[in-house]
Amino acid sequence: MLRLDQVGKNFGGLPALSNVSFEVPQGLVTALIGPNGAGKSTLINCTTGVLQPSSGAVRFLQQEITALPAHQIARLGIARTFQNLKLFPRLTVLDNVLTGLTCVGGRSMLMAMLRLPYLRHRERQLKLRAMEALDRFGLADKAAWQAGSLAYGDKKRVELARATVGRSELLLLDEPVAGLNAEETAEVGDQLKLLRSTGHTMLLVEHDMDLVMEIADQVVVLDSGKCIATGTPDEVRKNPLVLEAYLGRMEAMA
Amino acid sequence: MTRKQKIFYFITLHRTGLWVTALSLALLLFPLVENNPYTLGITNLIAINAIVVLGLNLFIGYAGQISLGHAAFFGLGAYGSAIATVNFELNPWLAMMLVALIVALVALVIGVPILRLSGHYLAMATLGLNFVFHTILLQWDDVTGGPSGFYGIPSLEIGDLVFFDEIRLHYLLWAFALLSLLLCLNLVRSGVGRGLAALAGDETAAAALGVNTRNAKVKVFILSAILASLAGSLFAHTYSFISPDSFNIFVATDFVIMVVIGGMGSIWGSLFGAGLITLLPEWMDLFETYKDFVHGGILVLVLIFLPQGLVSGLLDIFKTRMTLRRQKNAQA
Repeated sequence: MLRLDQVGKNFGGLPALSNVSFEVPQGLVTALIGPNGAGKSTLINCTTGVLQPSSGAVRFLQQEITALPAHQIARLGIARTFQNLKLFPRLTVLDNVLTGLTCVGGRSMLMAMLRLPYLRHRERQLKLRAMEALDRFGLADKAAWQAGSLAYGDKKRVELARATVGRSELLLLDEPVAGLNAEETAEVGDQLKLLRSTGHTMLLVEHDMDLVMEIADQVVVLDSGKCIATGTPDEVRKNPLVLEAYLGRMEAMA
Repeated sequence: MTRKQKIFYFITLHRTGLWVTALSLALLLFPLVENNPYTLGITNLIAINAIVVLGLNLFIGYAGQISLGHAAFFGLGAYGSAIATVNFELNPWLAMMLVALIVALVALVIGVPILRLSGHYLAMATLGLNFVFHTILLQWDDVTGGPSGFYGIPSLEIGDLVFFDEIRLHYLLWAFALLSLLLCLNLVRSGVGRGLAALAGDETAAAALGVNTRNAKVKVFILSAILASLAGSLFAHTYSFISPDSFNIFVATDFVIMVVIGGMGSIWGSLFGAGLITLLPEWMDLFETYKDFVHGGILVLVLIFLPQGLVSGLLDIFKTRMTLRRQKNAQA
């Protein structure tokens, strides 16, 4: 579904990514792991149009999206969450989730200002959809809260609800359980499994190895901007290169 | 549902519409209570300012940008209408529409390059824009009348109804203000409006949600310029005389102060901000003489202590107090 071909990104001559190629197959969960500074966030940003790759090509549903701006990529069907939460603290939880439906809400400013009956009708439908999404993540009773006043774990879940409410083809999740305690991690893990079982395709960037091993169908390992291994969780776990680059270091620390 | 619940549900569901209706009724009856032309003159000025501030609040509070140059669009509307009706003898209503259209084009041409800037740079650029415009008004006296101003702008009229005295102007100007209010309220309650709120919150996040950020900024800039231009045209026809000093950078900053005091991103607050800042010099001579100092001081104080605006800020404080008291009572 998503295909990266020889993607490279330089920051002022310093390569952050070089020749990264892999594919995210439809309906599966692909995890992207790697030590800090491996280039995971750069890769996500290059995929979503926040950054432009210096070389290579990104294809999504057979279409080249390498040079497209972020909003067009979003409209094609890639939704994402952010590593350091990007909720809108002054909006209510419900409105935050509704912003996830911007792509389907109609874009004409003039129509919006006239508030014609069909728009009112659609607005009601969108609200129902947003409430359903909130319900799925157990946040329906907090719909009217200001997003800024929620606890950290709840904010993470609002972001997940916002990313999934538009029923995008592909979900990019940038560290969805970072900063959560064990219980909350398990909860989010269950929700991700539920999303997978309903046919969502996901690309997951995550440091939590237990979660990755549990829900990923495929693991891609980055180190120093290069893709050093691709395979099932078991294969990757046994790969000596990966142990060396990542898991090995973690075990040495432990 | 009981009857009481049904009524309550109806009120919450239609609260925006009900507020607008209530305000319209109050304004409809206002001249019966208060028919002093001087007072009505002031409330009429509030209506004109409110139209500018509504548009500017969309740009500042929703698109998350800053403009210290909206007095220029206000002035373009005023001088545009004046020149079109006096020199070219166009119908005032037609002139108003034409001028608004031209101002929209001007805003497009200026907005596309200028909105690549942000923060202080955008503030400086728009301030410069207003400065240039003001200088042109002063220097190009063949067309604008220069520092002595532009005289003899005709009143607006519908058939035999001439909008000349304060009471008729009251209805005309507030009709425009309420219409603008309604359009802005509709906009912010729509998907487009949420996209704009997202833009004000975080540009990267907004783009990731499918908001065309650059496009949206330019569109809101144009919309706010159109509203400022319409307000300017109304201003010119209301006073029949305009001079460059009504459109200088201090007026531009006053518009921003009105937005900030009303609350950035608060449509209803725009009315309050426009009202308060227009009334201040009327209440006390001190405010008139040292207007710029007082307004600057208010701006700084509001930004430090109540950054969400005077109304929402005070409401928040009140709510927090109430909750704390309730907790204390519960503990006791």
